Amino acid sequence: MAKLKEQLMGPVVDNNPIALQILGICSALAVTSSLKVALVMSLSVTVVTAFSNLLISMIRSQIPSSIRIIVQMVIIASLVIVVDQFLKAYAFEISKQLSVFVGLIITNCIVMGRAEAFAMKNPPLPSFIDGIANGLGYSFVLMTIGFVRELFGSGKLFGIEVLSLVQDGGWYVPNGMLLLPPSAFFLIGFFIWALRAYKPKQVEESEFKIAPNTRAVKEA
Amino acid sequence: MASNDSIGKTLQVAVALCIICALVVSGAAVSLKSKQVENQILDRKTNILAAAGLLQDGVSVEEQFKAVEARVINLSTGEYSSDVNVDSYDQIKSAKDPQLSRKLSADEDSAKLIRLEQYATVYLVKNEQGLDKVILPIRGYGLWGTLYGFIALENDASTVAGIGFYEHGETPGLGGEVDNPNWKALWPGKQVYQDGNVNIALIKGNVDPSSADAAYQVDGLSGATLTSRGVTNLVQFWMGELGYKPFLNKLRNGEV
Repeated sequence: MAKLKEQLMGPVVDNNPIALQILGICSALAVTSSLKVALVMSLSVTVVTAFSNLLISMIRSQIPSSIRIIVQMVIIASLVIVVDQFLKAYAFEISKQLSVFVGLIITNCIVMGRAEAFAMKNPPLPSFIDGIANGLGYSFVLMTIGFVRELFGSGKLFGIEVLSLVQDGGWYVPNGMLLLPPSAFFLIGFFIWALRAYKPKQVEESEFKIAPNTRAVKEA
Repeated sequence: MASNDSIGKTLQVAVALCIICALVVSGAAVSLKSKQVENQILDRKTNILAAAGLLQDGVSVEEQFKAVEARVINLSTGEYSSDVNVDSYDQIKSAKDPQLSRKLSADEDSAKLIRLEQYATVYLVKNEQGLDKVILPIRGYGLWGTLYGFIALENDASTVAGIGFYEHGETPGLGGEVDNPNWKALWPGKQVYQDGNVNIALIKGNVDPSSADAAYQVDGLSGATLTSRGVTNLVQFWMGELGYKPFLNKLRNGEV
């Protein structure tokens, strides 16, 4: 039981795919301007990661290593198309807002990364759980960023007004920059900073040391 | 493991995987198709009603759309046409079809459409007295891309009843404010034609209500000069000679 919890929670805090591995940043920038869209995107990525891990792990002993990446891509792409079709049929409004980003789950490095790094070497059940866990890690970041962006960018949470806007006679002047993709960059930066301040183990070792400026000393 | 890497095994896995994945994908696409088409039609109907300000909460869109009649018109003659089937005609797609459209010259193309279709679908809203509103599809280039929308006119074929864009890629918070209900609320009551000429335009800043032109002017979007210019251009284009003007003239005079 403890192991399951560790496996599920690990990718959320200790080994977050976005914050530590810096994977899947592009979609995190694009779909976090409202929580509803971020939630659907999170669910889609979680489903795709979990099932692609499960399927790839089930046939891992059969996959010839020369075409293993293509095999993984075909499975992931098929799952993404199925998810996209389902969204178009049952969540049309949101699928319109997500537009190309559902299709771009195929290129989301988290999905491929977990298939190659975990599912190819582990039995189906742990792979499935690993997929869900990494999806959760992705969702955690997306929802946090989406919360900040929607609340301060348009004064709403899940489309329900929380801060009354100046345009509608209220008091809150929305920060338009938060609705633009660059703001997600800053927020993810702050998020990573906060996470690494809380878990200093995640701080990467410097690749080089800055030497003291000897010239300035000499001239002084 | 070595046997996995033989050519035979590689081909076997590749073929089997392709067949299974193709079946899954096409199965999902076919079985969900009807539901998706339904959604698209419903979405279009919702956009049409919303542009005319007719959309009510709590009543099904299908029910509300019963008051709306779709007709195909020939844009150059301004008359109803039965050359194409109204239910299957796709105006935006046919603008790309060389058989059904023509290339606009640089002078004509103020809304940057590149090609103009021959036929357009118009939506007539009827009430007991006859024609109540007419809803016309419009499109044109803004700052980042083409804006697609509808404009609704009252039965005098000149007074705006509403406007709405259902697809655009303008900057959120600036040009994206074309979706702002407060801005859209400025449109109803404005006049398109002055002495038979298209005069409606977005202006910089706020409209001075005492100005003689106030009935023909709408506040521009602040911080979005190019989007505002694009909206002016596309409304003027579609209301003009190449757009719906021949049809609207006939509609006003009771000739169609």
